[in-house]
Formats: sequence, C-alpha cells, structure tokens
Amino acid sequence: MVLGTYKEIVSARATDKQIQKVSQDGGIVTGLLAFALEEKIIEGAVVAGPGKELWKPEPMVAMTADEIIAAAGTKYTFSPNVMMLKKAVRQYGIEKLGTVAIPCQTMGIRKMQSYPFGVRFLADKIKLLIGIYCMENFPFASLETFVSEKMGISTDLVEKMDIGKGKLWVYTQDDVLSIPLKETHGYEQSGCNVCLDYVAELGDVSTGSVGSPDGWSTVITRTDGGDTIFKQAIDAGIFETKDMADVKPGLGLLEKLSAQKKEKNQKTIDKRKEMGLPVPF
Amino acid sequence: MSLISKIKRFLGIETKPANEEAKPAKSGEVGASEQEVEKVAEENAKPRIGYIHLSGCTGDVMSLSENYDILAELLTNMVDIVYGQTLADVWEMPEMDLALVEGSVCLQDEHSLHELMEAREKANMVCAFGSCAATGCFTRYSRGGQQARPDHESFLPIADLIKVDCAIPGCPPSPEIIAKTVVALINGDMDYLQPMIDLAGMTEGCGCDLQKYVVNQALCIGCGTCAMSCQTRAVDMTSGRPEVNGDRCVKCGICYTQCPRSWWPEEQIKKDLGL
Repeated sequence: MVLGTYKEIVSARATDKQIQKVSQDGGIVTGLLAFALEEKIIEGAVVAGPGKELWKPEPMVAMTADEIIAAAGTKYTFSPNVMMLKKAVRQYGIEKLGTVAIPCQTMGIRKMQSYPFGVRFLADKIKLLIGIYCMENFPFASLETFVSEKMGISTDLVEKMDIGKGKLWVYTQDDVLSIPLKETHGYEQSGCNVCLDYVAELGDVSTGSVGSPDGWSTVITRTDGGDTIFKQAIDAGIFETKDMADVKPGLGLLEKLSAQKKEKNQKTIDKRKEMGLPVPF
Repeated sequence: MSLISKIKRFLGIETKPANEEAKPAKSGEVGASEQEVEKVAEENAKPRIGYIHLSGCTGDVMSLSENYDILAELLTNMVDIVYGQTLADVWEMPEMDLALVEGSVCLQDEHSLHELMEAREKANMVCAFGSCAATGCFTRYSRGGQQARPDHESFLPIADLIKVDCAIPGCPPSPEIIAKTVVALINGDMDYLQPMIDLAGMTEGCGCDLQKYVVNQALCIGCGTCAMSCQTRAVDMTSGRPEVNGDRCVKCGICYTQCPRSWWPEEQIKKDLGL
C-alpha cells in the first residue's frame, strides 16, 4: 500500500489560536503532544527544540505544553531525536514518553522496540510516536546555501521555512522568498535516497501538510493506540477535522508523492545492488 | 511438536517423532495414562539449558535475572537449567538443547578451551550470550602481562573456535531481549530468532562500524539511534553524524546492531505493531 497500513485519514487542524500562530501547518504534532501531556497519556516528549544557532535544532525533552509549543514548526535539518529518548527516561525519569520523528527515525525506534539488544527498559515506555511526512532531509550547510547564496539573505532573518507547491519558501519579517525545489536537488543527505517511506508508515499517527489546504494537515492514524489518542483529542475539541474527500488538493497528491518517492528511491536501491553496495531494505 | 524437535528440525538434525503423536486412548481409558502422556510431553517441551561462563563479567546472566516478573515462572516451568556455575549443582556437563556461553575464550586458558569444546559437543545449539562471547567486546583490548595470570593475553569471540548457532550481543544484552529470545525459543518462533542467527556471523564490533558501514556507504540519515543505544555513551551526534569516542568504546557492536540501516526486520516490526 502506497500510504502504509492505516485506520483512518482526515484533514485536521488545531483549534487553539496560539498553536495555529506558531505551527507549520495544522499544528497536529504540537496539539497532539500537548494534549497527551495534559491528559497524562505521556509525562514528557522528545521534540526538535531550538538550538544554539538559529535553524539548527537540537533534540530536547519537553515536560510542559509551553515547551512543546516553543518547539513548534518544521526544521529542515538534522535533529537526532532518537538519541534523547534514553536520556528522557534515565535522566528525566519519564515512564510514559511521546516523541515526533521523521520516517527514518521512526524506523530506528521501532527496530529498537522489536529487538532491544542493548537498550534496557525503554521500548515499552514509548507511548506515542508521531511520524511526519518526509521526502528528504538537508545538512545545515545546504540550508545555508539555499538561504545565503541562492536567496541572498542571512539565515538570521528567516522566521519560517516551508516546502510546498514545488518550492522551498523562506519567510522574513517583510518578505517571502523562494527557490524551485529542483535547485535543492543534490543538496539532500544521500542516505535519504534509499528510503522508501514518505508517510511515516510505522508511526502511531502520521501527519504532514500534503493533501490538505493551507493551514491544515493530513492525519493518518495507524496503530490502535494512535487512533485512540487522536480521537480523544478530537472529542476534546483540540482538533477540527474535514473529510479528505472534501478538501483540495486531496489524498491523490499524497498518494502521488509517496509513490514517486518509492519509485525513485527503488531505482537508487537497485543501482546500489548492481554495484555491490549494501542496502538494508 | 516439542521445542526440541523444532530446534532440531530447524538445525537439520534428525528427530524422532516420539511422544508428540501419542496414540489416542480408548474411550473410558482416559485419566491417569492421558495425564501421564501430557506430563511427558510437557517435560519434553522444557528446553534443557546450560550456562557456560568464560571470560566475561557475569553481567549478561545478571541481566537475565533482571526479568523479575517472569524469572520464577521461567526457571520453574519453562526451562530446565541443567548446567552452570552458581545455577546448577552439577560437575559433569550434561547433554543440552541450548548452551548459553558468556564471555570470550582465552587461548592461554586450557580449562576455558576445554569447556567451550565440550559445550559444542554436548549442546544442540550454542548461543554467544552477550558481546564478549559474540564480538570479543571489552576483552579485545587485552594485552596480557597482568597479575594473577600475566600469560592470559589472547581473548577471542567463541565463533573463532567453534560453530555458533546464534548470538545475543549487548554489554549486557537487555533483560527484554533475553526474555524475548527465550520465549521465541519456547514457541519455536524462528522468524523472530532469525536476526540472532544472522548475528552469529558478526564476530567483530566497534564504534567505527558506524563510519565504515553506514556513513561511508551513504546510508546514514542522522537519526541518533546509535547514540541512544551505546551502552557506554561513546557515541555522540555532531552535525547529524555519529562521532565515536574511541576511549569509551568497548567494541560491543551494539551501535551498528541497532542502526536501522544495518539490517531491517520490517515484517517483525509490522507484526509487533499490528500493522
């Protein structure tokens, strides 16, 4: 299945105005983690928080809704969230943990849960894993190239970055700049080119903007746990939802992009195999 | 089918269909005899496990004992520990279904060599239990010249000397992976055990595996799983790539074992998640 195994797909956004203001799209990750914290489904969450340098995120353990909201928004470079999971349990004493992860990070977490060879008493503490759609990720130096060289402004001025409608967008206080996505090709980390997962097929819940209108996100519920938590949040009024059939551009676009990623990267995998290079998939 | 037959069948060893297909008792004759058959079948289903302690720190068997909630049930009803210092009052090594070998083997220690060879002869399956037995781990740094035995210099993963059927790396392996492995063995879940069987071939481990087999191979995605799993905190993430502190690395091989880009058990994960 091109979107992985799932229970339901809806278009949704957080109703909280404060979350809407800071979130990348529909505020699903921020809203759901904050809800899970408040309902004590989780005691803390590992998120990509602000780092020392602007746009260079660092994994952090958020223990309050405010800390989660402060970490809202997509960062298009590395934040090795998985490494913080153990710290969250050992050093913060968290027994019920939530986190947000791109597909490859989801894979590291799920493999650890099924085969915890060297990882002691962590697997069963992860109660909510929110996956986000991901086509590729960029080294920080690549982002610098896009913003400083191709767009000609300092990264310090950037207030938001976004990918959509075939372009990489950069928002400053009084300007909107963009470059075609084509110009970013070759700047992604090459490990992304063998990945067949666009829609975080192993998340409890997966989400991303693709398929939904501006300011909304497409939410896929997958596991029993993820489905239950998301429905609880809807019932509590945290999210408003729309049927995917009623929104533009709709599910077709999500399916198309997922299929494209699989097809393109399968070619890379085949080529690697021809060359005798290792591929885990 | 009893566990022994399953293991033997899996390893391609001839197995007798004894006990498992007991003749149906005539009606009216049920009772004592049927119970007896069940009892025999049940006894046969308990794998006979031996524990062989070579050059390791006992951490692996301590990790096993951290399965408090299932340990009593495990030791009383699920397995028979038939051999092992501190675990069984036995001098002669008996026949075993499974030998768990903890520790690497010291070439200068005649007793260890003998014990390992005997275990291979007496056990249907030999498991490298913990990273010392699997990869050599910390003992890879040994150079001899220390009291009380300055001649004890050379320590090897057991697969360098004998055929090893499966490995559970870890320094130590987590209590959960030990429990999961034992349960899979008892259920004959060979799908779950396949990675352990494959890992029997991994007799070298090091933090530098991350650079050689992941980063150099254009496979690293900077997820941080290696840094999370390192049991000595030797791995940190710098600019989205693992950076290994060689002074802290014990060569257990766990960072590479846990990396989602080394091997990928997709079917098992989906099964575990109900997807």
